[in-house]
Amino acid sequence: MATKPRTLYDKIWDAHVVDQRDDGTCLIYIDRHLVHEVTSPQAFEGLRVAGRKVRRPDLTLAVPDHNLPTTARVDAAGSRLPIADVESAQQLAALESNAPSFGIKYIGATDREQGIVHVVGPEQGFSLPGTTIVCGDSHTACHGGIGALAFGIGTSEVEHVLATQTLQLKQSKTMEIRVEGTLGFGVSPKDVILAIIGKIGAAGGTGYVIEYTGSVFRDMSVEGRLTVSNMSIEGGARAGLVAPDDKTFAYLKGRPMAPKGEQWDQAVAYWRSLATDPGATYDKVVTLDAADIAPSLTWGTSPEDVVPITGVVPDPMSFADPSKQAAAQKSLDYMGLVPGQRMQDIEVQHIFIGSCTNSRIEDLRAAAAVAKGRKVAANIKQALVVPGSGLVKAQAESEGLDKIFIEAGFEWREPGCSMCLAMNPDKVPPGERCASTSNRNFVGRQGPGSRTHLVSPAMAAAAAVTGRLTDVRELMA
Amino acid sequence: MKAVNKVDGRAFPLGLKNVDTDVIIPAHYLKTISRIGLGKGAFETIRAQPGNVFDDPEYAGAPIIIAGDNFGCGSSREHAAWALNDMGVEAVIAPSFSDIFSGNAFKNGIVTVVLPQEAVDRLLEVAKTDPIHIDLENKVVTTPYQDRFAFEIDDFRRNCLMNGLDEIGLTLANADRISAHERTLAQSQPWLVPVAA
Ligand code: SF4
Repeated sequence: MATKPRTLYDKIWDAHVVDQRDDGTCLIYIDRHLVHEVTSPQAFEGLRVAGRKVRRPDLTLAVPDHNLPTTARVDAAGSRLPIADVESAQQLAALESNAPSFGIKYIGATDREQGIVHVVGPEQGFSLPGTTIVCGDSHTACHGGIGALAFGIGTSEVEHVLATQTLQLKQSKTMEIRVEGTLGFGVSPKDVILAIIGKIGAAGGTGYVIEYTGSVFRDMSVEGRLTVSNMSIEGGARAGLVAPDDKTFAYLKGRPMAPKGEQWDQAVAYWRSLATDPGATYDKVVTLDAADIAPSLTWGTSPEDVVPITGVVPDPMSFADPSKQAAAQKSLDYMGLVPGQRMQDIEVQHIFIGSCTNSRIEDLRAAAAVAKGRKVAANIKQALVVPGSGLVKAQAESEGLDKIFIEAGFEWREPGCSMCLAMNPDKVPPGERCASTSNRNFVGRQGPGSRTHLVSPAMAAAAAVTGRLTDVRELMA
Repeated sequence: MKAVNKVDGRAFPLGLKNVDTDVIIPAHYLKTISRIGLGKGAFETIRAQPGNVFDDPEYAGAPIIIAGDNFGCGSSREHAAWALNDMGVEAVIAPSFSDIFSGNAFKNGIVTVVLPQEAVDRLLEVAKTDPIHIDLENKVVTTPYQDRFAFEIDDFRRNCLMNGLDEIGLTLANADRISAHERTLAQSQPWLVPVAA
């Protein structure tokens, strides 16, 4: 009997079902668990109280990122510098002691490999195609860029995975987002995902797992795919996927924790079999034309509030839905913007190039290409470049990117989440505006009262050198 | 998790409606590393009021809270259940609960008893002077005055509470299947065990 054609998602799901209950809830095996300091302390405590062990410490990897300051971590003599915020220090210390006491591999704050969990996972070859990956952070969807089914979980689920290496889950619906054509000059993967979220809306993917298909994603680098999949959650989807291909394999080959030798060949053969079968159907299909995507950015406080850089701040009354009209008005009040204002006339005071969305080497190269030979504008109070990991930082330094940034007037920092979420000292002050390569422009996300415009790395660099939101194509011409 | 068959003892006669998670545990207690010790922050805003039930020696150490409609509304923070656990509360009686809170309470072994407002009013009266008895096995709340209020509870949850099974415990009851899956994987996808770096 011929088997029914299946999607990439179906294949990964089917391969991980341990058990199924009558109501359709499945016990799903988890291949990889990434742990950071914020959502794990109570999970470890729960294990301790119940006298439980971590079932598969070998499938678990811990690294601090959210709370770590991005300033120097050691003094001139090489001693660790203390962390001023007491609660952050406690969370970091808890991870540092929990990981070894439960037998989990721990990458420490001063290790070269330290970085943002979602940068570290693929970079170490810990994240692999066809696996299920979880982490107590909603941007875990990132790892879908290499073809893994990856999603964020809460603290009690973190404890559940630590103890059982499984999760109780219901199968999601599937959505294909197909983008065909060739991206225009100056258009980056970040612009593609912003355009997608602008089209489907922040809740458009709710209940779905997205598979990104079409020539744009086939032609895109693995770093770019990670950027796109990272923001699947901002479109409401629990996870995103890009089918693994030769680019994926080339990216992973030789990574420290990736399979080696004969096992590598076996793995690649398996990964090749995961692509969606011809004739398989998705529950929903959305298509975009690459030619329609311009360098894009957000104007409001939802990631769906997207316009091209050549556009203007929309009139809230232009939205059909009355609740969106009200939300848009509230956003504009918060953002301090008026309808009809040209996006390119908006001045910014802060620049943040970093976060698990855009802190990989390619992102830094794109930003450096714009910054090179230019100076950060006088009205910019702070311009941060925060590499996603120590290895990205080292690579960038070997290419001289750090010098380009520093000469232009940027600060070159230590890896971490930094200004993405205002849990560490890097914050945008109230009422001030930031062109940011991160993934959330929610009210207060970068600090109480902060105003965020989500942009690509090249656009962030362009805003830095002109002091206002800028069409990067004009600088690159 | 501790098995609960009955909860017996004095009850805090709170009576308030819409007790939200901010009231149960204020946001500034969230950046913690432990679920233990949150009891000291529980009901902080109520405790700031003189003559509140939580600081009344009459009810010291009571294992039950009696409240109004929609107990536990607001954010999804599991800290609310942790805080109640930490202050020694084993059961909450109210006419209704927020879904997320009752899920979190269940995960942490706290019994949520739904009774009609009249029954809750009567229990609030009795609680001022006498203990309350919650019998989970027979699904009934009684008082020393022959009051008898039957309540409904999901059989699955009741069974878990009575046997001290939390979700992890339930999944581990399936450990054989998990091990079988792992054995299959070791054969079919041996590369899944990461190379020790
Ligand atoms: S960079 Fe931001 S989104 Fe990414 S893991 Fe850190 S806090 Fe989460």
